[in-house]
Amino acid sequence: MPPEQDLSFAAAFTPGLLDPTRAAPAIVAGPNGKAAGKRYAVYRNNVTVSLIDALAAIYPAVQRITGPDFFRAMARFHIRSSPPTSPLLFEYGREFADFITRYEYAQTMPWLADVARIERAWLDAYHAQDAAPLSAAALAAFASERLADLVFIAHPALRIVRSSFSAVTIFAANRDDAPVGRIDASTPEDALITRPEFDVMVRRLPPGGAVFAERLASGEPLRGAAASALDACPDFDLASNITGLIEAGAFTSLALGDA
Amino acid sequence: MSAKHVVTSIVLAGAASTALATLAAAGPLTKAEADAAVAAKKEKCFGVALKGQNDCAAGPGTTCQGTSTVDFQGNAWKFVQGGTCTSIELPNGKKGSLKPV
Repeated sequence: MPPEQDLSFAAAFTPGLLDPTRAAPAIVAGPNGKAAGKRYAVYRNNVTVSLIDALAAIYPAVQRITGPDFFRAMARFHIRSSPPTSPLLFEYGREFADFITRYEYAQTMPWLADVARIERAWLDAYHAQDAAPLSAAALAAFASERLADLVFIAHPALRIVRSSFSAVTIFAANRDDAPVGRIDASTPEDALITRPEFDVMVRRLPPGGAVFAERLASGEPLRGAAASALDACPDFDLASNITGLIEAGAFTSLALGDA
Repeated sequence: MSAKHVVTSIVLAGAASTALATLAAAGPLTKAEADAAVAAKKEKCFGVALKGQNDCAAGPGTTCQGTSTVDFQGNAWKFVQGGTCTSIELPNGKKGSLKPV
């Protein structure tokens, strides 16, 4: 931004855009100096609509679950309470899931916020830096006595969303136009979100898999991560989880950590 | 946090070799074959917009769309139903409901 750029007009123009109770700013005037409240309202409308549309673009499954009317009303309340802080629209709406958790009229859909968290993670994975996923050959190159200290470096697109509800099933059923059958929402499901090439993939993690993947992604060596997963879930299957995470492209490389 | 479970090196080695065997069985492609498959997939992906992601999979702010839509105000959250939420059930028989509580 040029240092001498004058932002005083914007500073006077913008405060009322997201607050309909404010009058049009004094600097906005029609021909012959008449008040231009209706003209200003056009801007106000466009700002609100574009932000609601932004949320609808980021959270299409949430919108399909609630229907557009409910969604747009909910989104409007969120926009009023959490206006954007970045000029990049795709960064907007990070607090939307937490807002849904608190939103009075969404209390009967306790799974809805977790579906939103998966959708936000989907977009973050989409925009994450490209990186080649870890190959099986890289793992094979390590001698078996060093496996315990192996550290798995997370792929930039890797995201994990844990849910007490069937959030992955609900997400998947509502991300396209196919009819949605009966869904039992009560099965806890953890989502693994990756993007090994160009396509974001959302998978359901097996029991203990979220703890294992989170520990590995945080830099904990293999032995400790496996032990934590077994503590969390005695049925944890180490071999199939290693296979699944490598296949999904969750990691980029390996390193040897402290014992 | 000290873990209750102790994972021995033998267990780790067994799991790693099982994983490698599975991965080898799943992906018997040579490098050239794999590259060709990936290239074909990339080719196919360009220009295909996934359903349910509106105009662009890259999210908002990446298309130049008009914003002339009228933003209806009023008690819109009372316009219930119309979504798929009534298909989603919890064990106590509670379905999703958009009616004000």
